[in-house]
Amino acid sequence: MPSHPIRGGDRIFRAAAMAAATIALFLVLGIAYTLLEGSYPSVGRFGLGFILGTEWDPAIKMAFGALPLIWGTLVTSAIALLLGVPVSLGVGLLLSEFAPRRSRFPLSLLVELLAAVPSVVYGLWGIFILAPTLRDFVYPALQAALGFLPSFSGSYSGLGVLTAGIILAIMIVPTVSAVSREVFSAVPNSQREAFFAIGATRWEVARHVFSYARSGVIGAVTLGLGRALGETMAVTMVIGNRFEIPSSLFQPGYTMAALIASEFNEATDPLYVSSIVEVGLLLFAITLSVSIVARLLVRRSMKLFREVGNE
Amino acid sequence: MVVVAVLAIVGVGLLAASLLQGGPSGTAPGFRGQLQGAGATFPYPFYSKLAAEYSKVVPGVQVNYNSIGSGGGIRQFTDKTVDFGASDAPLTGAQYSGVEGVLHVPMVIGGVVAAYNVPGLSSGLRLTGDVLARIFLGEITSWGDQDIRSLNPSLDLPDKPIVVVHRSDGSGTTFVWTQYLSTVSEAWASRVGASTSVNWPVGLGGSGNNGVAGLIQQNPYSIGYVEYTYAVLNDMTVVYLQNAAGMFVPPTAEAFSAAAEAASLSLPRGDQSWSQVSIVRALANDTRAGAAYPVTSFTYVLIYRDMSVVPGMNLDKARALVKFLWWAIHEGQSYAQPLGYVPLPSSVVTLDEATLRMVTFSGEPLL
Repeated sequence: MPSHPIRGGDRIFRAAAMAAATIALFLVLGIAYTLLEGSYPSVGRFGLGFILGTEWDPAIKMAFGALPLIWGTLVTSAIALLLGVPVSLGVGLLLSEFAPRRSRFPLSLLVELLAAVPSVVYGLWGIFILAPTLRDFVYPALQAALGFLPSFSGSYSGLGVLTAGIILAIMIVPTVSAVSREVFSAVPNSQREAFFAIGATRWEVARHVFSYARSGVIGAVTLGLGRALGETMAVTMVIGNRFEIPSSLFQPGYTMAALIASEFNEATDPLYVSSIVEVGLLLFAITLSVSIVARLLVRRSMKLFREVGNE
Repeated sequence: MVVVAVLAIVGVGLLAASLLQGGPSGTAPGFRGQLQGAGATFPYPFYSKLAAEYSKVVPGVQVNYNSIGSGGGIRQFTDKTVDFGASDAPLTGAQYSGVEGVLHVPMVIGGVVAAYNVPGLSSGLRLTGDVLARIFLGEITSWGDQDIRSLNPSLDLPDKPIVVVHRSDGSGTTFVWTQYLSTVSEAWASRVGASTSVNWPVGLGGSGNNGVAGLIQQNPYSIGYVEYTYAVLNDMTVVYLQNAAGMFVPPTAEAFSAAAEAASLSLPRGDQSWSQVSIVRALANDTRAGAAYPVTSFTYVLIYRDMSVVPGMNLDKARALVKFLWWAIHEGQSYAQPLGYVPLPSSVVTLDEATLRMVTFSGEPLL
């Protein structure tokens, strides 16, 4: 980089950018501090048992444990990624590589429109249309095919872990596909031209574009995962809100965000309130570690790339 | 002589007018602005209607009610960040002794009803409290269970599994419902208990009255509980519940009113602890109240006996608040019925009047 003398405008801009970054840092620290302070009584009372506990009784025993919530959050998010990411990447590739140029703009507009739908609308749609449809048509077929697996056994009401995962999958599609489309479009055309020049098919070019943009794709998936982990309203409306680790994906479960939203308002007992805050702390920790892991993955794949490029 | 008489009449008239001005039904000319309240979601439609109507009666006084939940309402009230709090449950013994000089003002009555969705069964299902508790405990799992059949010999009950639906969010409705199940079932009292949220033995959780109503409508063979208002609005089929007098009572405004009337005989004074007050428990052994629906409750406004403890309060504002509450327990009660609530019986209105007369600002009475 050529060095220029720093001018007044640069200094002001630098200071403004620093201030913005500092505010973001303090916000995160502030949240962490509030959560830690609020969950102190519960951490002191239950210790590690809170993470492994499977009971939530705010009426008689005043015993709290978060394992079913952690399970529900991770499993619904995993289902969302499993179903949502392939579709999103397909949409992203279609919009950047395959679709006729004139149809790209309206198509991407449609997909992004999905992101503007409020989650409570997804939830209502989930209760009144998706859940009955799954119950009457999809789940019977699924059970007939895979019923020998415990995950797909038992009775179903349409509301449960799998339905929540499916709603989440739909909700992450706009984010993941919009970001991955941008990432694919950012791949230099020289890469495509070089591949075409040596006689590659469009499919082979698309594969190359995909692997070139890998780090960006991981970023897109992380954003989607973040949305899935933290989604509250739509999940609580279709998951059944049952505090247990279900034996089958058809059965109701609960997630961390859903429980916090449900119970915080009416909680008065200090230990009860503190336990809900600790659930928030755990969710914060999980979200944070997910994005750290994603960053590490991105960095590793960037490094691999540079090495390959240098060969 | 005539002049003196005229003067006397005019004088008496002026005196009467000024008394009326200062009386409970008059306006508070000194205060213009907002009265802030926060708390229970259940009475929200009622309170917002009161606020709208009151601003027509006394222009300049705006009542702002935030329906953040009873728990939040109690927190904001004890933190003194609102002018009045609102809760579906009275303060517990510990909460009451932790707050200096708190007054309970019952504002209106509501009921919780069991609603069900059994295809082919459009009305008339009768249940006892004990059978209901065993359904919610997961001990009775089929609509064709012998204990349900024997209560309903004329109904054609299917052998289908029962889907139990409950609230997933903490709520005063759940508090009243679980308190009822605790009074009618020893097993429920010892295993699950009564609270705004409990550890449900079985069932699906829906968020809010609307969420539960939606789940019941979407799931054939389900049963759940909702506020009476929501059952009326959604045209739901409701259980006829047996009361302590042995009668199977459909939930109606008259049945809730009868319940409140029967329970009002043993209410404490407004400045005493209300932690033991419960229409549900008062009715549990009342074998004379044959018309009473057993799952009925008050919803309360909480205020400080001496308003000067609230930051930002002044004499005029405190007077405006007390006058609003006075209006709410009298004229305001006429807005209850159309919204699905039940007006206070006159015995409770009298009790509330005495409570509101206790309120002072720095020792100065307000009414």
